[in-house]
Amino acid sequence: MAVPVYRGRFGKPQAERLLWRAGFGPRPGEAEKLAKLGLEGAVHKLTNPGRERLRGPKPHDDNGHPLAPFDAYGHDQLWWLDRMVRTSRPLAERMTLIWHDWFATSGDTSNARLMIRQNNLFRRHGLGSFSTLLTEVTRDPAMLLWLSGTDNSKDSPNENYGRELMELFTLGAGRGYSEQDVREQARALTGWRNDWDDNLGPVHFRYDRRRHDGGSKRIFGKRGHFDWKDSCRLCVHHRLHASFFVPKLWSYFIPTPPPRGTQRALQRLYVAHGHQVKPVVASILKHPALYTGPRMVKSPAVYTAGLLRALRRGIDTEAWTWLMQLAGQSLFYPPNVAGWDDTRWLDTATFWARWEIASHAIRKRALDADKAKLPADSVKLTQRAEHFLGNPTVTGHTHAELKRFVKLALSDADDHWKKRSYPALIENALRQLLASSPDLQTS
Amino acid sequence: MSRSCHHCDEFSRAAMVRRSAAEAGRGLPAIETGMPMPAGTGLDRRTFVTRSFGLALSVYGLGKLKLFDEGIARAASGPAQPVLVSVFLPGGTDSLSVLYPGLDSTYRRLRPQLKLDPAQGQVFSEDNRLYWHPKLGPIATLHAEGKVSVMPAVGYTHPDQSHFTSRHYWEVGATDAGLMSGWMGRYLDHAGTMDNPLQGLSLDYQLQPSLASTKVPVASVATPEDYSFDAPGVWGQVEDRMLDALAPLGSRRSDPFLNQAASTTAQSDRLRRQLAPFGRNNGNGYGSPVSYPEGEFPHQLAGLAAMLAAGLPLRCVAVTAPGEYDTHADQPQALADGLEITSNSLLAFQRDLEARGLAGRVLTLVWSEFGRRAEENGSNGTDHGAAGSGFLIGTSARGQMIGEFPGVDNLDEDGNLRATADFRGIYSSLLEQWLNQDAAAVIPGAGSFQRTPLLK
Repeated sequence: MAVPVYRGRFGKPQAERLLWRAGFGPRPGEAEKLAKLGLEGAVHKLTNPGRERLRGPKPHDDNGHPLAPFDAYGHDQLWWLDRMVRTSRPLAERMTLIWHDWFATSGDTSNARLMIRQNNLFRRHGLGSFSTLLTEVTRDPAMLLWLSGTDNSKDSPNENYGRELMELFTLGAGRGYSEQDVREQARALTGWRNDWDDNLGPVHFRYDRRRHDGGSKRIFGKRGHFDWKDSCRLCVHHRLHASFFVPKLWSYFIPTPPPRGTQRALQRLYVAHGHQVKPVVASILKHPALYTGPRMVKSPAVYTAGLLRALRRGIDTEAWTWLMQLAGQSLFYPPNVAGWDDTRWLDTATFWARWEIASHAIRKRALDADKAKLPADSVKLTQRAEHFLGNPTVTGHTHAELKRFVKLALSDADDHWKKRSYPALIENALRQLLASSPDLQTS
Repeated sequence: MSRSCHHCDEFSRAAMVRRSAAEAGRGLPAIETGMPMPAGTGLDRRTFVTRSFGLALSVYGLGKLKLFDEGIARAASGPAQPVLVSVFLPGGTDSLSVLYPGLDSTYRRLRPQLKLDPAQGQVFSEDNRLYWHPKLGPIATLHAEGKVSVMPAVGYTHPDQSHFTSRHYWEVGATDAGLMSGWMGRYLDHAGTMDNPLQGLSLDYQLQPSLASTKVPVASVATPEDYSFDAPGVWGQVEDRMLDALAPLGSRRSDPFLNQAASTTAQSDRLRRQLAPFGRNNGNGYGSPVSYPEGEFPHQLAGLAAMLAAGLPLRCVAVTAPGEYDTHADQPQALADGLEITSNSLLAFQRDLEARGLAGRVLTLVWSEFGRRAEENGSNGTDHGAAGSGFLIGTSARGQMIGEFPGVDNLDEDGNLRATADFRGIYSSLLEQWLNQDAAAVIPGAGSFQRTPLLK
C-alpha cells in the first residue's frame, strides 16, 4: 500500500495549515500564494527550498546592538528565533527544531558556541539521512557533554548516552533492548574525551583509542568488537527502529497517531530510501490527516515566530527570551533529554505567558486613543484587527465573539470623550484578544 | 540526563524569570493620567469582606463582584478540606546519602570517594545505623518533633531505571507507561468539582503531570501575585469588556485541540479572578509570619501558605524542589546544595503553617523518581538506581518510619537498593487515611498494595 495523499481542496486555509505545520506560519499573503501551487507544488517547494536567504529587518538587542549569540545571555535563543522569522527555508528551520527536541540537549552542560554548532548540524542534516544525523549527533560536543559521553571510558563506563540512544533516539523505552544491552552499548561508546580551557571551557573534543574498551561486546544478540559507529548502526538497523522513528516523526506534524496502514507504508518508505528523512516528511505533509484531522497546539517558539512573521516584525527586543521561557520553551534549554512534552503546552500558567507574548508582539504599534480616528463600527474594527494580524483564518465562533465584544464596548461610550477614544481602545483590545485566541494558539 | 554542574547558571536563569514575571504582571494597570477618576474610566474601587473567610479583598470594578465565582465561593465557604502537597526532587535523589549507613563496611567499600562519615550528620533516631545528610538538619529537627515519617527505601518491584519512565510511574500512580492522567488528577476527578481549578494547583510554569486530570479543571501558576492580564493601550471600561470576552472565547469547541486552547482560556480567566488579592501591595500580599530562605521554591511555598490562609479551596498541590539530583558526576556539592535549600524551605513552610494555625490541614509528600546505584561510578557520582527515599511531613504525620532500611549487603541484581515500601501503597494509604477517598477508584490494583498507618 502506498501512503495516502490528500485529494481535497487546497486553498488558503489548507496552505495556511501546511505553513504552520511545516514552518512558522505565513507572512501576510504567503498562504494565498502557496495555495496557487497546489498540494504537490507546495510540498515540493517546502522540501526543496534552495539556498537559505534571510529576509526582513536584521535582529538587534534592546539597545540596538547586533546580537552576540555566543556571549550575551539569551542571545543564542534570539539568534535562532530570528532565523525562524526571516528564513526562506521554513521547513529546514522547523526540522532543526524537531531534531533539537528529538536529540534534546541542553546548554546547561556546555555553552552557546557548542549549542549553536549542534544547531547547525541539525540544520545541515535535517532532511537528509537519519543514520548520518545520528552518527554526527553521537560525536557532537554538546551532546558528549550533556549525556556524559566524555565521562564514559573503558575504566569507568557511564551508561547515560547508551541508554538514551536506544530509549529516546532510536528504539523507544523498553523496545527491543535489555539492561545488558545498555551496559554493552556504554562500553561500545567509550573513547571520547575533551580538554578544559579556563577561558574557553570544554575544548578539543576527540576520540582517544586508549579510553575505548576494545573488548568484545554483545549487543542485540550480536557479538563483535563494537565501537561508537557500530552503536549507531546497530540501532538504526534494529528491527524495531523504523516503527519507533515513523510515529515519532509523524507526531511533530500531526497530533493524532498515524493509521496502521499509513504507518507501515511510511516505515517501508523510510527503509527503502536508506533511512532518508525527506521522503517520509514529504509524505506526511501530503497525508489527508494533516488537512482533515484536528488542529494542533503551537509550541511557544512556533507561536512567537509566527506572530512576528504575521506582523513583519524582526527581532528588536530581548524580551522573547524570558517570555518563551515562561511559555514553557527556552530554545537550547529543553527540560530534559526527552525534550518538550507536546501534549502539555497549554495550562493556566503558559496561557498567561502566551498572552504576554501577544501583548509584547503588538505593543509597539498600539494605537493612541487621543490621536487615532477609527470608525465606531464593529464589522470594520474586527476586520482591521484581523488585517493587522495578517488575515488569519478564524473560526465563526471566535469571529462572532470578537464582534460581540466590540458591540458591548461601543455601547459603553455614553459621552463625548468616550465616543472619540473608545474605538482605538477597542481596536487595541481586539488585536490582543485575536492574537491570544484559541484559534491562533492552534493551527 | 545532564551532569550536575552549572546549577549556578540554572539558578540565575530561574531568578531572571522570576524578575521578568514580576515585571510583566505587576497587577492592574495604572489609571491613565488626565482621565476622569474613577467613574470616567469605568474603574470603581470597592472593598468588601467576604462572608465566608473574612479576607479583605480589594475588588476593581463593581461588575467583578459577581464574577468572584460562585463555585469558588461555595468551595471556599465549605468545611476546610485536607491538603496534600507533592514535592518532587528531580533526577533521582541518592537515598544512600539522604540517610547514610556511615559505619557500614560495605557502604564504605562501595563509596570510596562519596562516603560520608558518622561525624558529619546527626544519627537517625529510629535506626541508629543511619545518619542524616549534613544538610538535612531541618528535616531531622521536624523528625525529632514527630512530624516526619521517613521512607528509607521506597519504590516498586521491577524498578525501571529510566528517569522518564520511573517518574511517569510515580506521577500516574501505576507502573503503566500508557496511563496519561496523574494520580492526584484522578483523585480530583472523583472528589473535585467542575468549577474550581484551584483544587489542583501546580506551583510551576507548567502543569505537573501528577495533577493531570481527565474531567475537572486544575490550575498552574508559578506564584499567585503574578497573575493578571494587561493589553497595550487598553484600559477602563474597554479593558473590563476585553477581560469579560475571555470566558466566551473559552467556551466549548468541537475540534479537540481548539477546545483544549479554549478551555485553558476559560480556566485562566477563572484563576485570574481567584488570585487577584495576592497582587495587592506590590506583590507583598502574602503576610508570611515567618521568614523563608531566598529563592523561587521557598517563595512558592510562602505563596502556598498565604493562599491556604486566605481560604482558597486548594486540595492537591504539586511543586518541584530546587537542585539537580541526577548526580552522575561531582555529586557531593550538587546534592548538598539541593538538599540545603529544599530542607530549609520545607522547615520554613511547616513553621508558617503552624503560625497560621493551618498545620493540621496539610501533609507534604517529598519524593524522587528513584535512588541511585549503591556503588559509585568513576566520575565522583552515582548512576541510576532503584529504591529511593521519601518523606511525609506534617503535624498530622505519624512520624514513624515507613518500611525499613534494607541494608547494602542485600542489593538487587543491578546493585541497587531494594524497596521496602511501595509508592502505590503510600498513595493508597494517603487517599484513604488523609483524603477520605476509596483508593481503588484512583490507583489501579490498589487492593494488592500494603497499607501503612500514616497519621497520628
